[in-house]
Amino acid sequence: MNFYLKLIWAYLKIGIFGFGGGYAMLSLVEKAVVTPGWISETMFTDIVAISQMTPGPIGINSATYIGYVAPQVVSPELTGWWWGILGSILATLAVTVPSFLLVLYSSHFIRRHQESGAIKAIFSGLRPVVVGLIASAAIMLMNNANFNPKGISWQLWTNIAICAISFVLAYFAIPFKGKKIKIHPILIIILAGITGFLIYY
Amino acid sequence: MNNSSLWLIFTTFFKIGAFTFGGGWAMISIIEREIVDKYHWIDRDDFLDLLAIAQSMPGILAVNIATSVGDKLRGTRGSIIASLGTILPSFLIILAIAIFLTPDIIKNNRVISSIFMGIRPAVVALIIAPVITSAKAAKLKWRTVWIPLVVALMISLDMGAVSNPILYIVLGALGGFGIWKWSQHNLSKK
Repeated sequence: MNFYLKLIWAYLKIGIFGFGGGYAMLSLVEKAVVTPGWISETMFTDIVAISQMTPGPIGINSATYIGYVAPQVVSPELTGWWWGILGSILATLAVTVPSFLLVLYSSHFIRRHQESGAIKAIFSGLRPVVVGLIASAAIMLMNNANFNPKGISWQLWTNIAICAISFVLAYFAIPFKGKKIKIHPILIIILAGITGFLIYY
Repeated sequence: MNNSSLWLIFTTFFKIGAFTFGGGWAMISIIEREIVDKYHWIDRDDFLDLLAIAQSMPGILAVNIATSVGDKLRGTRGSIIASLGTILPSFLIILAIAIFLTPDIIKNNRVISSIFMGIRPAVVALIIAPVITSAKAAKLKWRTVWIPLVVALMISLDMGAVSNPILYIVLGALGGFGIWKWSQHNLSKK
């Protein structure tokens, strides 16, 4: 039971301080669940990949998945789908309830102070921090577990190449039949998965 | 506003939750299309007002906007129904995946583990891209460009309390507010 209280507390904090959207939230999630050892670094990366490929906000997706997986990782007594479902319900509610209450009960306050400049000032202070939060999530994922799990140098270079090509596809619009198109992240993940299968199987 | 029954609110937001990939802004444009253009529940100005409020709240943007639209249509009950509708599809889909795709299978199934080995470096790339996009959108100047650098460095160093992202969110908010107060104060002196 103790673990579920920790899980709720962790996701309440993510819900209260999660400014700047899904990617910025990732660094909070990673600190909250990877650092105490609730899930592994690779599991976290996999959850981000799965969140990208399924509908819905990444904040909900990761809360549901981690809430399901973490109990059995933390304690063998909590193995079983009912413990997992309990965890995913609690984590998902905990990440949504704070902003739900804030939207319901402080909208008037925000509306009144929007013109005063105070809200704008707070967000002008948050904006550069959010860039740093997203960057920190990226940096923390650039680890051996993701790039070189078996300590084999050709695999490391292959993975760096996959990362570099994926970045080019994700960031730049690719010219195609006279038009410039942006490749959808889902397609990039599928291509990387196929590449992984062909190289590592 | 007479066609906004709780059931219709629920199914509308459920569909939005079930069919929009990418969350956040992808969802907002679909919500706008359904709520403003299709059902005429709220006019566009009111929607943009709700969006501005939802954006200034922490948490998940799509849920925030669902909460405020539901509240506007049917009060607290409407806000609960709209939020649940938005959350449920991803919750159920992820739960189904989590039940079958356990950490053990990802690790020990040869096909699946090889696929994920290829996917992981690509995921990192998908997070580097929004670093650059958000840095551009934040219009960083020489005066502010050090902030994301310090924040990213401190958080990724993994040094306990000073590596806690929440610390920098609070500092950023206080800093923005403090500078504004200070400039107000200086203005009033002149």
